[in-house]
Amino acid sequence: MNAFIKRYEGLWLFTRSPAAIIAAVVALLSIIGAAFAPFIAPVNPYDLASFSLMDGLLPPVWESFGNSKFLLGTYDQGRNIVSSILYGARLSLIIGLSAMTIAAVLGVGLGLASGYYGGQFDMIVMRIADIQLALPAILTALLIDGIARGILPSEIQQDLRVAVLTLAIALSLWVNFARTARASTFVQMQKEYVQAAIIMGQHPIRVMFVHILPNILGPLLVIMTVDLASAILLEATLSFLGIGLPADSPSLGTLIRIGMQFMLSGEWWILWIPTLFLVALVVSINILGDFLRDVFNPRLR
Amino acid sequence: MLNVENLTVQFPSRFGDITAIEDVAMAIAPGEVHGLVGESGAGKSTVGAAIIGLLQAPGLVAHGQMTLAGTDLRNLTPIEAHDMRGKRISMIFQDPQTSLNPLMRVEYQLVETIQAHEDISAKDARARAVNILEEIGIQNASERINAYPHQFSGGMRQRVVIALALCTNPELIIADEPTTALDVAVQSQVLDLIKELALDRKIGFMLITHDIGVIAQIADRVSVMRNGRILESGSTGQVLGAPQHPYTQALLDSVPPLDRKIDRFRVPEEADGSSRNDAGDHAEGWLLEGVQQKKVGLKIENLRVAFPGVRTSLWRKPDAFTALHDISLNVKPGSILGLVGESGSGKSTLAKTITGLVNPTAGHIGLGGEILPPGKSRTRNHPSRQIVQMIFQDPFSSLNPRHQIGVILSEPLWLYGLVTDGQERRELAAAMLDLVGMASDAIDKYPHQFSGGQRQRIAVARALLARPRFLICDEPTSALDVSIQAEILNLLKNLQSKFGLTILFISHNLAVVRQMADDVVVLRNGRIEEFGQTQDVYQNPKSEYMRELLELTPILPVA
Repeated sequence: MNAFIKRYEGLWLFTRSPAAIIAAVVALLSIIGAAFAPFIAPVNPYDLASFSLMDGLLPPVWESFGNSKFLLGTYDQGRNIVSSILYGARLSLIIGLSAMTIAAVLGVGLGLASGYYGGQFDMIVMRIADIQLALPAILTALLIDGIARGILPSEIQQDLRVAVLTLAIALSLWVNFARTARASTFVQMQKEYVQAAIIMGQHPIRVMFVHILPNILGPLLVIMTVDLASAILLEATLSFLGIGLPADSPSLGTLIRIGMQFMLSGEWWILWIPTLFLVALVVSINILGDFLRDVFNPRLR
Repeated sequence: MLNVENLTVQFPSRFGDITAIEDVAMAIAPGEVHGLVGESGAGKSTVGAAIIGLLQAPGLVAHGQMTLAGTDLRNLTPIEAHDMRGKRISMIFQDPQTSLNPLMRVEYQLVETIQAHEDISAKDARARAVNILEEIGIQNASERINAYPHQFSGGMRQRVVIALALCTNPELIIADEPTTALDVAVQSQVLDLIKELALDRKIGFMLITHDIGVIAQIADRVSVMRNGRILESGSTGQVLGAPQHPYTQALLDSVPPLDRKIDRFRVPEEADGSSRNDAGDHAEGWLLEGVQQKKVGLKIENLRVAFPGVRTSLWRKPDAFTALHDISLNVKPGSILGLVGESGSGKSTLAKTITGLVNPTAGHIGLGGEILPPGKSRTRNHPSRQIVQMIFQDPFSSLNPRHQIGVILSEPLWLYGLVTDGQERRELAAAMLDLVGMASDAIDKYPHQFSGGQRQRIAVARALLARPRFLICDEPTSALDVSIQAEILNLLKNLQSKFGLTILFISHNLAVVRQMADDVVVLRNGRIEEFGQTQDVYQNPKSEYMRELLELTPILPVA
């Protein structure tokens, strides 16, 4: 085991970084909890029949009047907070991961091509990226939301909420990928192995994806983790502001928005528990991203 | 003055302690230039870093004594060590581009250094700085001192670095490859300066270098290092003239001589090189099949390459920078043409133009009687893509670090449709490795698992697997140690004579070109200074420039 760990520098560094280990445990637990929510959660929070008003506004189990059936307490209508968080995290992570993936595919593709071809193409892509950066994510989301409302028939609008939200977030994140991929590609273009491939007459697509891409994966992986955290946060922000998901299929952001109503009325758990969960998840993903950055960039160590 | 005994430096790592240098002993007297020579990884720089107390973490001096004129260098407090650096021991680094702060005027850097070590007014410090700059040969020093580093040329910049090392009147200066980044002419001036300073100011110099020619030119004494140990030490004449240790002898044998051409370098037989088996013959046979085509020559006519210049005004079109002026030359089929020139002379631009990476402004290139489409108009499947192959300077960047050797080598076979069967491609790649003197099991490894010389062999194998007729070697050995260089040059010569390849051999190293080339072109600032048979050009150079270059190149005393 020890020899195995020593062989891989990343693993070796991992075993000596308590912060990274804790972050990995927290992130992994949240992701497993979210992925298996239907099996783990005590009840289905979407099923209206599963909760009763009698259980409304119960505090967490360690407070007086706590009920062991509801570990972290309930909402005003008796909805179980544990279940809500697990299902909410599930939605948040699905949106976050798919938005990050779309952004990565779009951004890396454009960034690689920009770095490879340079010149006019590069200029156009980078100016689009600049414009994209000038628009706040919320504005982009509102814009896409508005367009979707305008052109989609109202029956399917509700079903497409998640897709629209994902697209909006992806559009505000691709710039990071494109810029990083472009800069790294520029560096690799100077390397002689790339020149060798071009001289040999290899197809540009092959040079980009077979030769260059594997060599710029390091910084891109770091962006992926950091952007995953951003995507989750963005989704939470949008849902919190009411542009995101509705209250009947709540994500973490929606849960926090609901909790806001109870902030000053003594039922602190309704706001703070989902908030703490979101903070823990985002911070641990960010710590993992920082750790990856250190692994890939020995100079920062 | 400096006395080092039993110096051992260790680097703790996750694989246990690594001993970088072991039991190193040396003494440097005032006014002595002590050369420390060895190939990369020998631990030369670590010796210097240990003496000046700048070992990279986590390195540490495990045991040994180091004294400088009675001061024990090992028992200094951090503050004392800090005062010692710069004041009594200075350092000159390899690259003058990076060892000066680009955002500070030279004046400030010099005055800052002087004031850090002496209680002296800024005015007096400046006066001293001007004096030193004048002493080391910077004209008009009182004005030039206000310049920024980028306003000096490479050689002048290295003089400023030397002035910086000198301005506190140190007793010992450690010069770590001080001339490696410089051209021959500048190198010779900087070396003369070092020698002069040692004699006039009685400063001890520790000259760390891989270049035996540099040692021969100015060192009084020399120590030969390998694998962290000093193998041989003595006066320069004695060590270079009558080397005792077999390694020193081998090292001297692999230095290419400037004044004569030798057929093959004497290289110690390698264990796996001699056990050449049938696999190599397979590759040889396969290559010879391709040789059925006739040899190709290259003809360049009035080639001109201009790059867009830097825009200085919003309204005016920027002046173009002309990298190559009307170059015409001819590489005879089956011969080796050497292309020499200092950095910036346009050597690499020429190579890139031939391969189509750079678009020429005028002129054309003919390969075996056919005109090559210039620059981007050359299609991906143009036949020249296969016929012309290139071997690059830096073997650490010319192989894709994420691909296995087998994948790298199969690429030309697959790309040019030479071998369609995957298994066969693999076998041929393994056979080719054998032909270039590598073990066939290298095929499943990654480039980082090999040394520079081995990687360059792999790069040669990749070029050969395209069944090329014309090879461009762009400084193929300048990133390699001299003994490895000898092996690679031997390999290239063998392959050339066996397969009748035509080679364009680019190098800044006159001695290497002398060994390789049939004809030679001397390039300077994008113009041809001289073009002729190697023998003639080296023995009776017609141009003033070539004569100068030949004079300035350090040569070994022939034993």
